[in-house]
Amino acid sequence: MAENHKKAAGRLCYLCNQRRAALKRPKTLEQFVIMFGLFVADSTVLAYVLSELNRRHNYGLDLFLLSVDEGITGYRDDSLETVKRNEIQYGLPLKIVSYKDLYGWTMDEIVKMIGLKNNCTFCGVFRRQALDRGAALLKVDKLVTGHNADDIAETVLLNILRGDIARLSRCTSITTGEDGPIPRCKPFKYTYEKEIVMYAYFKRLDYFSTECIYSPNAYRGFAREFIKDLERMRPRAILDIIKSGEDFRISTSTKMPEQGTCERCGYISSQKWCKACVLLEGLNKGLPKLGIGRSRGLDNNHWKDVKQSNGTKNIEGKQCGSLDF
Amino acid sequence: MQLTLEFGGGLELLCDSVKIHNVDVSPNNEVDKLTMKDLLVWVRANLIKERPEMFMKDDSVRPGVLVLVNDCDWELSGQLDTPLEEKDVVVFISTLHGG
Repeated sequence: MAENHKKAAGRLCYLCNQRRAALKRPKTLEQFVIMFGLFVADSTVLAYVLSELNRRHNYGLDLFLLSVDEGITGYRDDSLETVKRNEIQYGLPLKIVSYKDLYGWTMDEIVKMIGLKNNCTFCGVFRRQALDRGAALLKVDKLVTGHNADDIAETVLLNILRGDIARLSRCTSITTGEDGPIPRCKPFKYTYEKEIVMYAYFKRLDYFSTECIYSPNAYRGFAREFIKDLERMRPRAILDIIKSGEDFRISTSTKMPEQGTCERCGYISSQKWCKACVLLEGLNKGLPKLGIGRSRGLDNNHWKDVKQSNGTKNIEGKQCGSLDF
Repeated sequence: MQLTLEFGGGLELLCDSVKIHNVDVSPNNEVDKLTMKDLLVWVRANLIKERPEMFMKDDSVRPGVLVLVNDCDWELSGQLDTPLEEKDVVVFISTLHGG
């Protein structure tokens, strides 16, 4: 995060001319921007607002919609219909990448093999990579996502609960991966989910909303509910948690995982193989528990292993990572 | 009292996937006015067919469910004490799902 500050320090606020600019207008007019969505409210509002601003102020951005087809019958196929309607409504080209094409497995098949525990791990890890690969296919130079303030606060809490120092220090940055080929940006970092849903309601935006049929990850669900409870008692709590996350400073003596690349597919990874490759290898070899917690092959069923590894340093392990990066 | 209730953001799944309900709700006794508190009890008893815990928590809606009375956030009109009148429109939207 410190690096981000340095990078941004050059530009001062247009109004006070003293402090660093918090908002910046896109400078180059040829920037490609892309948005990813499960196309529930947040991503739909993001798509709407970006295309509207682009149109109204002639930013000259080339916008694309990117969506991931996890291959979940009865959940994804319905929501993809909504995305296709969005494609027409906003006049933006849509790209759908599927788990089946990228990995050879649909979530339906994965769940059939591993059951309903840990399935969110697969889905989360695969989605993150699917996004990057989809973005690379479209040759865009920025990826924007609809993560809102509630999501960020939730992620801060989860990273604390997991002791995931590496993610804790970067999960609050608005832009991540600036040294990589496709930086990701979260324009709604400070926007409450409530505001976004209200906006979508009053604008009568067409969005899809259903709980995933493979049940949302319970761990994240608790954090989510806790955040909503806090919000009811004191709405500012959400912004305060984000602030806490931003102000965390990791002691310099803490050993951080080194960011390298996966030997197998070349994706960023702090281990020899990236998480997706490990999980995929497990699936293809019929050892689906490989890569879930501390794996020891066939005999380990269920949570025992996950629990053990959660206490120790488990930098690359994340449950249901659809929201954090 | 005639009211229009609308369920969105996935809440419609709890009441047979019907989004808009035109209902007739009468106050508990003739003197009292109908409030949101009464309406929630009524909705839970009459419209919600499954998983009521997705809709309510204690005697209010579950945190994360937005409530609009005549397109106004109920937090501005007194939440559970919001009085209801003939032909009012009440909207419930859940925000509790993926990103």
